[in-house]
Formats: sequence, structure tokens, C-alpha cells
Amino acid sequence: MSTQKILNGNQTIAEAVRQIDPDVMAAYPITPSTAIVETIAKFKADGLISGEFVCPESEHSAMSVCIGAASAGGRVMTATASQGLALMWEMLYIAAGLRLPIIAAIANRSLSAPINIHGDHSDTMGARDSGWIQIYSEGCQEAYDNFLQAFRIAEHLDVRTPVLVGLDGFIISHSMEVITVEDDDEVKKFVGEYKPVYPLLDTSRKMTVGPIDFTDYYFEHKRNQIEGIENSPPVIEAVGKEFGQKFGREYGFFEEYRMDDAEICIVVMSSAAGTCKDAIDEMRSEGKRIGLVKPRVFRPFPHHKIADVLKKQKAVAVLDRSSSPGAFGAPLFTEIRSALYDYTERPKIVNYVYGLGGRDIKVEHFKEVALKLEKIADTGKVEEIYGYINLRE
Amino acid sequence: MIEIRFHGRGGQGTVVASKILADTIAKEGNYVQAYPEFGVERRGAPVYAFIRIDDKPIYDKSKIYKPDHVVVVDPSLIEAIDVTEGLKEGGCIIINSEKKPEDLKFSNKFKVITVNATEISVKHKLGTLAAPIVNTAIVGAVVKILNLAKIGSLLEAVREGVPTKPEDNAAAAREAYESSENINK
Repeated sequence: MSTQKILNGNQTIAEAVRQIDPDVMAAYPITPSTAIVETIAKFKADGLISGEFVCPESEHSAMSVCIGAASAGGRVMTATASQGLALMWEMLYIAAGLRLPIIAAIANRSLSAPINIHGDHSDTMGARDSGWIQIYSEGCQEAYDNFLQAFRIAEHLDVRTPVLVGLDGFIISHSMEVITVEDDDEVKKFVGEYKPVYPLLDTSRKMTVGPIDFTDYYFEHKRNQIEGIENSPPVIEAVGKEFGQKFGREYGFFEEYRMDDAEICIVVMSSAAGTCKDAIDEMRSEGKRIGLVKPRVFRPFPHHKIADVLKKQKAVAVLDRSSSPGAFGAPLFTEIRSALYDYTERPKIVNYVYGLGGRDIKVEHFKEVALKLEKIADTGKVEEIYGYINLRE
Repeated sequence: MIEIRFHGRGGQGTVVASKILADTIAKEGNYVQAYPEFGVERRGAPVYAFIRIDDKPIYDKSKIYKPDHVVVVDPSLIEAIDVTEGLKEGGCIIINSEKKPEDLKFSNKFKVITVNATEISVKHKLGTLAAPIVNTAIVGAVVKILNLAKIGSLLEAVREGVPTKPEDNAAAAREAYESSENINK
């Protein structure tokens, strides 16, 4: 039977780990993801999980342990944030290149300098070309649900690609909410047994993992890797539907909130989308035709699906919780703007960076964005394509 | 929706207090969100926790700037910071203090309610006079004063939520609950 519990984001991930009981968990604790690792260590000490818990000397080593263990044939996970994910960098690419279905929970946090422990998406956005599937969560329940689904997606034979699940540092990782924890056996049944395809420990079939691959075949192997993530959309969709049938909470690539007759729209991911929903409700009660699109899956990016929803809007604001210095807009914006290029009918579109280093975003900020969108919709003119929210200038 | 801000000092269990309060409320089927504000964590530094309570799902993830009520776990904080910042007119200041409400110099825009949580805690062997662990007593008082839940839910949440001495903590919470008055009465 499912139970209602008060848990913070980190505890929901640890709870999911306890239920799944992966073969190997390797992690080096870092704020704000520390409590995930700490709670798993406690579960292990209390005998609640049987998998190996490895605490190496750095995040680089933690991901290396994950790669070794996954190559050996284990179901493997880790958790980290910020500088920890940055230190894993070269190993992230190796995990994806070797097609190892490793799962990582990331308590999204800013990158130094200046040093800051609070939530933004700089860490995972920096890893967006590493070949990992990226799923973002609005709150504790979504973090739990996404983490359970991640194993099914990563381990699917057509995909075999690592998945990271983002939960905003502190705002979700340390925020306690009432969440539904599903029954242990039902979770185990949903996630299923893991059957590795080419485990190194199968000595009847000896092979080499990670040999040199020069100009003759590297390109083809990279192409094969890309195919894995390209195969993932139908799997992500099917897993999200099945999750809904089984547990009553269905998931897709993004959530549309009050978009039915919307003329202007805000696109924002993760925890800020929750606050945005309250802002949309308030503005709807004032008669404004405004809606929200909340992307959940950032890699693979659902280009056509999202463009189909946005193309009829008069004006769209894409809000990014990371910056891409020198680029033509921040990561989410460039994806969406590019996705709309092939449509003759398309909205005016602007980009606002918000919340770096955990700077708060409130209902009133979304209302300010809406005022700008209304002006753009009325005049058909974009004065500033790129701006910032709640920033001293 | 009810929004409450907790003020304490690092090491006093303010975060545990907010979790126990959240647990108490969740046990009665309401929605709740508890969000501790972390800076550079060090013992004695002012810390905050925000709590939202509603009978429907809570989506807002921003901090609380205009609380309905504030709870002050450590009375010495009122000399260091303005605990009433943003507090709505008519809102409660529930403060751990041996003094009478009128002896604390707060604006009469607010209802000041004092709870001698330190005395209750020490009586139940929770810490010492110099370093009392007052979080369960203060939560007991808050639940009664604001009429947030029944005593059964409170005691269950206390027993499950404290790292040690579940019965002593439950006794402290009960005494604070029983010796407090509901503001609506």
C-alpha cells in the first residue's frame, strides 16, 4: 500500500533508492545533495539495503566506480551537485559513450566562482552535451517519481543511456512536503529486474570495455551512441504513461498549465514552475489569457512537441535558471527558439535569466514577465530579447 | 493558506521543530510545506524556517515574506533582528520567554503570546538551563495557539520526529499544548 510521508527532496530520492536497492551506490557527499548519500549510508548500516555502498575520495572517483560497476553488470546510481558534477565531467562522457545505464540524482546548485551553495541549473546545463538524458522535477513528489522512471528509461535496450534527475538545490532538496511513497513491492515490480547486456563478469564471453577507437570507427560509435538517446522519446513516453496507470501520476515531456485558450505563455522548468502556477491562477482570475509550459525532459529535447504547443501563442517568455555567457540566449531559450524556426506561424519570443545562486523568484516576478509579454503581444515588437529577473543592475 | 516563519539559532533544533510541525499537520490530511533557510551553517547564527499550511496542494516555492504568524524559538533574537519583518497586522508573535507579553516591546499591531518553553523543556530533562532543547515544547504551544491539529497527531509526530528521548519530548509538547490558549477562543 502507498503511504503519505513528510519528506524533503533528498529523502525522497533516498527512499526510492531503498526501494530499488541498486547493486552499487557510489557517491561523495556535497551540499545540497549530502543528505541523499547520508541517508543511503544509514540504510546500508541499518541493513535495509543489500547493495554495495562505496564512498570514494572524490566525485570523479565516484563516477569512475559507477562506470566500473555498471560495466561489470550492476544496476548503479550516484548523487551529487554543483562542483561535484563538474568534477565528474570527463567520466560523464565515458558513462554515456559506453552506454551504461547509470542513474544520477542531482540537487541542482550554482557553480563557483563566487562560491555559493544554493540552487540553479548551471551544473546540469553544463553537462547538457555529455550524452545523458536529463529530467527535471518541480517538487519532492516529482523527484521521487522521476527517479523511479529513470531506471526504466536508462535500462531499456533501445536506449541504454545514463539518466540524471534534477531537483533544485535547497528549494526541493531541503523542502519538506507531503508525498506519496508507493509500496516497496509495487516499486520493485515497476522498476523490474535488471538484466545487463554485456556484463564484464560474464567470463564465458570475454570482452574489452573502452579500448582505443581512432579515425576508423570512433565516428560510427559516436553515431550509435546518439541513436540511443534518439530512441528514448517513445520509451520516456511509454514509461510515463505506465507510471500513471500504475500509480496515478502520469508524466510526459512537459506539462501544459492552463494553455487551452492562452495567447501569451511562460516557459519555465523545475521548482519555479510551481510558483508560476500560482501566478497564472491569479492572472487568469483577472481575465488574462496566459498559460505555462513546464519542460520536464530537457535531453532529449522535445522540439516538435513543444513547438506545436507554442506556435500559436502571440508572445512567449522562456525563463532560464542558468546562463550561457556569450551565447544567443540561455540553454532552454536557444532550444525553443530553434525548435520554432521551421514554423511560418510562430510567436514573438524573449528570454529571461532568473534565480542564479538561489535568488528567489516570486509570484510578482511572473506578473512582471506577463506585463512585458502583453506589451509584446499588443505591439508585435520585441525591444529586448534577453533580460534578467529580480536582479540589481 | 497559513504562512508561518520560525526564528531560531543554529543548533537549537529549529529545523527539527518545523519538520515536527509539518508532520503534525500532515497527519490530519492537510497539505504542508516546510522549508528551512540555510546560510553558512554555524552554531548560534540566526536561522529561519518557513511553513505553509493549506487544505489544497501548495505550489508556491518562494520564501515567505509576509507571514501570518512568527515563532521565536530564542528570545535573545529580538535584540539582534526584527522578527516582525513583513508580519501581517493582527498576526501572532509566539515567543519562548519567561516574561509577560506586555513586558516585551512589540507593536500593538500584533498579538504577542509568550510560552515558557525553556522552563518546560528543562523540567522534562531536555537540555540544561544554559542550553535547553525547546523545539518540542514550542511546537506543542504553536499547535494549540493556532489551532492547527489535535494533540494526538502532535504527540505522534513528536515521538517519531525527535532523535532521542521520545517520551520526554512528548511530555514537554503535551505540557506546552495544555498550558497554552487557542487565540480564537
